[in-house]
Amino acid sequence: MMLPSVDALAAMVPDGALVAMPPDNSLPSVAIAKALIRKGARNLRLLGVPVSGFATDILIGAGCVAEVETSAVSLGEAGFAPRFSAALKEGRIKVRDATCPAIHTMLQASEKGVPFMPLRGIIGSDILANRPDWKVVPNPFAENGSDPIVLLPAKQPDFALFHAAMADSEGNVWLGRRRECATIAHASKAALVTVERVVEGNFLEDERLASGAISATYVTATAIAERGARPAALLDEYGFDQAYVSDYARAAKTEEGFRAWLDREVFAGAQKVAAE
Amino acid sequence: MSIALEERLAATLARLILDPSAPPARHIAVGAASPIPAAACWLVRLMGHPVRLSLLHKRSGNPFTEGTRELFDLTGQGRIDLFFLGGGQIDGQANLNLVGTGDWPGMGVRFPGSFGSAFMYFMTPRTILFREEHSPRVLVEKVDNISAPGVSPPGVFRRGTAQALVTGKCVFRFHPDRARFSLESLHPSETVDSVRAATGFDFDVEADIPATPDPTEAELALLRGRVCDEMAETYPEFCKRVWGRTRAA
Repeated sequence: MMLPSVDALAAMVPDGALVAMPPDNSLPSVAIAKALIRKGARNLRLLGVPVSGFATDILIGAGCVAEVETSAVSLGEAGFAPRFSAALKEGRIKVRDATCPAIHTMLQASEKGVPFMPLRGIIGSDILANRPDWKVVPNPFAENGSDPIVLLPAKQPDFALFHAAMADSEGNVWLGRRRECATIAHASKAALVTVERVVEGNFLEDERLASGAISATYVTATAIAERGARPAALLDEYGFDQAYVSDYARAAKTEEGFRAWLDREVFAGAQKVAAE
Repeated sequence: MSIALEERLAATLARLILDPSAPPARHIAVGAASPIPAAACWLVRLMGHPVRLSLLHKRSGNPFTEGTRELFDLTGQGRIDLFFLGGGQIDGQANLNLVGTGDWPGMGVRFPGSFGSAFMYFMTPRTILFREEHSPRVLVEKVDNISAPGVSPPGVFRRGTAQALVTGKCVFRFHPDRARFSLESLHPSETVDSVRAATGFDFDVEADIPATPDPTEAELALLRGRVCDEMAETYPEFCKRVWGRTRAA
């Protein structure tokens, strides 16, 4: 389903939804994050796959988020995520820490439709100590000794949100080698995808494009959002905008600075588009 | 041109990568916020050692075609030989804290988070710990929260742990059998006492501690030339700061 705007995509996400997003190096839809802020989304539960970046920080700062499950929240070279850190300290969000492969594994269990999957490592870390939903069992196939191993429950997000380079006439989307977005789409009840452009044809009919495509089977709705990943990079199409993120990191050190940034970059932009 | 600390650290890490007493490093993965370890890996490679480098955040020519989970799948199988980890806190048993200080989940100072450390530290045959800041707030007696433990009880599957800890002041070797660090070498102007004063954990001093060797002329030439060329796309700020080089057109 092709929607007329990114705001129409964001309108599909109800308050309280479990929303999975990739971080800044793997095609976040910052355009949807900004649209969620404009619509005044509340109590979202964010899942960072496997970590979280810029989009998560602005959603938290704007008061859209109740809970974050992730393996880290960072602005990369621009440092710690300021609104995330502030909200955690003030007790405004619940944070459930994981470790990267655990998040991938919980989604892969959903992809397969099995209730859990095992993962090595983790035992003895305080991550495990703070995850009553993760269990340690003896490996039933062990030949010698008990061999404890962690079992992780399947996790099915309500929505996968990400950005892709293009959609085709059939509703397939293409994002090259960033296959973690395919895992998120496969595992989620619905995927909402912003794209730079829509092209004629069917990616699945093209041997060179098919392996970088996500079938329309998994894609609930798309909308065009040019530069929709910005300030994150999009494949070989545009690079990471370090100056924009560094500017944000400085502004968002204070609540006041963040509000001014939000007015300028999220709300004023929308008014300008509406006026055009 | 004098030797920059970053160059000394990169050359030191390169020597640890090539340490003949450690398991072989045929395939090394390097994360995003790791320009000095990345420089060390490129140095090893450009000195002619056959090593595969998977740079996780390389935008053009990224090594993975199955998304970021491919790194963890490869590591799960034992196909990544060496990884680098740091920590907001590192303690004397090589426990790492990337979550934060105070009560869980970092109610004192929150660090970004554990990333893949709780898996990678177990599943990689060896890990080189790297943290440039060497101070009592980073190198603590006991971490407030454990993102990844330095040692595990018998029976817990684990391929390896820390080989060494490299800081801006010295190199420590880790001994998993006794879960302690020993001082291996001192960077210029440091002494055993100055390192003790800056370290929150107790460590062993086994004999006269040698100086950390200077990078050789050949290593410096490579770092300032071809290593910088290779790194400019992924670490532009680092290359500019250390070598005054902006990305080649």
